Amino acid sequence: MSEEKTISKDEVQLVVFSIGAEEYGLEVSQVQEIIRLLPITRVPRAAAYIEGVINLRGNVIPVVNLHYRLGLEQRKDTARTRIIVAEVQGMAVGLIVDQVLEVFYLSRSALEPPASAGSVNDVAFIKGIGKLSDRLILLLDLESLLYLNKAEAVS
Amino acid sequence: MDVSQYMDLFLAEAKEHLDSLNENLLALEKEPGDIKVLNEIFRSAHTLKGMAATMGFEGITELTHEMESALMLFKEGKVAVTPEVVDVLFRCLDTLEMMIENITEQGEQSYNYQPLIEDLRKLDRMRGEQAPGLPEAEVQQEEAQQEQPMEFNEFDISVMHAAAKSRYSSYYIKIGLAPGTVMKSVRAFMVFRALEEYGQIIKCQPPAQDLEEEKFDDSFEVVFLTQEPAEKILQSLEKIAEVSVLSLQSIDADRLGGDDSNRAETAEPEKTAMSGKPAGHVPVDHDSAGGAAFRTVRVDIGRLDNLMNLVGELVINKTRLEQIGLTHRLTDLLEAIEQMGRLTTDLQNLVMKVRMVPIKQVFNRFPRMVRDLARELNKEVQFIMEGQDTELDRTVIDEIGDPLVHLIRNALDHGIEQPEERIKAGKEKTALLRLAARHDGNNVIIMVEDDGRGIDIEKIRRKAVEKGLLTGKEGEYADEGEILKLIFQPGFSTAEVVTDLSGRGVGMDVVKSKIESLNGNISIETKKNVGTKVIISLPLTLAIIQALLVGVGGEQYAIPLSSIDETTFILPEQIKTVKNQEVMLLRGTVLPLLRLDRLLDIPAGNKSNGELFVVVVRKGERRVGLVVDLLVGQQEIVIKSLGELLTGIRGIAGATILGNGQVSLILDVNSLV
Repeated sequence: MSEEKTISKDEVQLVVFSIGAEEYGLEVSQVQEIIRLLPITRVPRAAAYIEGVINLRGNVIPVVNLHYRLGLEQRKDTARTRIIVAEVQGMAVGLIVDQVLEVFYLSRSALEPPASAGSVNDVAFIKGIGKLSDRLILLLDLESLLYLNKAEAVS
Repeated sequence: MDVSQYMDLFLAEAKEHLDSLNENLLALEKEPGDIKVLNEIFRSAHTLKGMAATMGFEGITELTHEMESALMLFKEGKVAVTPEVVDVLFRCLDTLEMMIENITEQGEQSYNYQPLIEDLRKLDRMRGEQAPGLPEAEVQQEEAQQEQPMEFNEFDISVMHAAAKSRYSSYYIKIGLAPGTVMKSVRAFMVFRALEEYGQIIKCQPPAQDLEEEKFDDSFEVVFLTQEPAEKILQSLEKIAEVSVLSLQSIDADRLGGDDSNRAETAEPEKTAMSGKPAGHVPVDHDSAGGAAFRTVRVDIGRLDNLMNLVGELVINKTRLEQIGLTHRLTDLLEAIEQMGRLTTDLQNLVMKVRMVPIKQVFNRFPRMVRDLARELNKEVQFIMEGQDTELDRTVIDEIGDPLVHLIRNALDHGIEQPEERIKAGKEKTALLRLAARHDGNNVIIMVEDDGRGIDIEKIRRKAVEKGLLTGKEGEYADEGEILKLIFQPGFSTAEVVTDLSGRGVGMDVVKSKIESLNGNISIETKKNVGTKVIISLPLTLAIIQALLVGVGGEQYAIPLSSIDETTFILPEQIKTVKNQEVMLLRGTVLPLLRLDRLLDIPAGNKSNGELFVVVVRKGERRVGLVVDLLVGQQEIVIKSLGELLTGIRGIAGATILGNGQVSLILDVNSLV
């Protein structure tokens, strides 16, 4: 991600990754780093979508099980499984993904509001849908994914 | 002119001056005739005014200026120091504090202080009513004095004479600023402040007003009275950056002539000898400026937090090395680690000490608060604070303020009676409220004690039954201690009248949970008509604790040693069941058991059928045994927060990183069982 290219207002730079059969994207500005799977400590009594916590160079950060949160089938860890460390509202959160695919620029005109596509239970966490010739990339809305938008309490 | 770089300094110092103003104003109210205190107030107000003027905060400048005028009325004895008048001044301080707060937050001082200025001017009119005549004369004299060049008028000379009699020497000091110095007025202030530590400035040229407004070139002159040797003064002045002392000469008051010079010389040879000694030009040694070391340094608290974190990491890594040494049985390594262990412990203690702040910082606001509340409630209270220098970790200091405010309010509102009621009960009219702090081993004890009416146990008993916290039978049999504990139940309040202050039913439970979140304890002692005593015990620090690591299933948890009574073991068949509750017999007493794996839904590991371990923990007076698979060992752990996403999970106090890099959760025994 060392492009000197200035990002124009008409483009977003995305980190694209796969979870199950679907492709998701996060804006690069939200991504702090991508790391290999680390030992995760389970946190009892935490919300079910929280897989646990990891030690990221001395900082304890929570890790979210995206498969669970997105209502997909259970995850199988492989050599390609990664944790994307994202920054949301000033805190670091780890997201477990099956594979990080690429980083690219997407023209804003190729982005559509989420009303039309995706499985029904996804829609709440999707900010937009990026359309490439033969692919659909679902842009994740981390705030609502982590219940940070509303007063929805983590039970 | 860009003064933004001085902003932090300004804000920090302004707050200090406000604190000192608050403190001294309280003292003045108690001791209206105390000139020393009044002078101190003057000095703070004046410095504040000057600093604000330099920084361009007109509002603060104007308000402090008006305050000064009002204070002048005290000084001249034209207005008596009454609570009403002091109230106005206190309101000024509150307003100033607000303005400074606004600057901190928004960089602006915006605040409507006009009504206060009106009130201050009203004081001035009170003067007119009380003591007509002679107002203008002194003001004029002051101005006339300021217009003088550096020649001494009769007044100056007589002051120097008087000073010489009480063994003060007079010095003439000429101070130069490095060419191109920015913020000249700030330098001048720093000089004045440094000097005022050792004595009194009686004259300066150009006048103070011009110095404040930077209407001077690269130097100014002062006449200064002190008992300190000239070298000491020189040293303290040379410490100020970009300031140099061009000349420092002793003034022989006698040679200036004046009324009683001859008599002084003949009648008091001792004094002449003294003023003779430092006479003459003192050579200015510029090298000394660099050599003189500051005794204290202001450090951003964030850096200390970072330092603490790093020391924490070091402790973790030391533990890791230890494990490697043990696994591979490397005696040499273990010896080296032992040495390193001592060093890290020392380092840790040192950092901990650096982070310690005297509890004064929290206590400071209370005298004022007690005064205002007592006035509002028409109660007479003598407020005593003890152990203000007791030191606590900053994180604890930050958190302890609110609970204490609550306890003090409670004492004033519910505990302490009206004066008439006190007299009827045969007590002193003035109530006693004591706030004390002291060290006790690794803990700090804070006490809030009053000699009021005490807590009415019977009333609580009735209330508790009414509210269904106790059944009628329980209510009858509960003893005093049990009843007192009810005060800490959510939603419990005995106040008959809901006042503005307390008695809204949110209170002691919040205090209790706050104290417990700080790993502390709170208890109450009370006696009817004698008083109430609330005792808080807090750990010195929160960052690093001793813990016992336990294994359950495949997981490891840390239990703070502070909540562990003992550990023991048990065979599965020795566990008995009473009313669906597993228990064991421990030295003849029945100990309820809780299985940690069930409590925390820990997936069953490879269950051994052998013995189980029991960690006996304390929750208040209750003891509970936590059943675990194995005891891993005792360890020093660094507490880390789980972050916003995972706050408020019952039973989990935080996380720590073990020597192998794994995260382990710290159990919060209080909310777990």
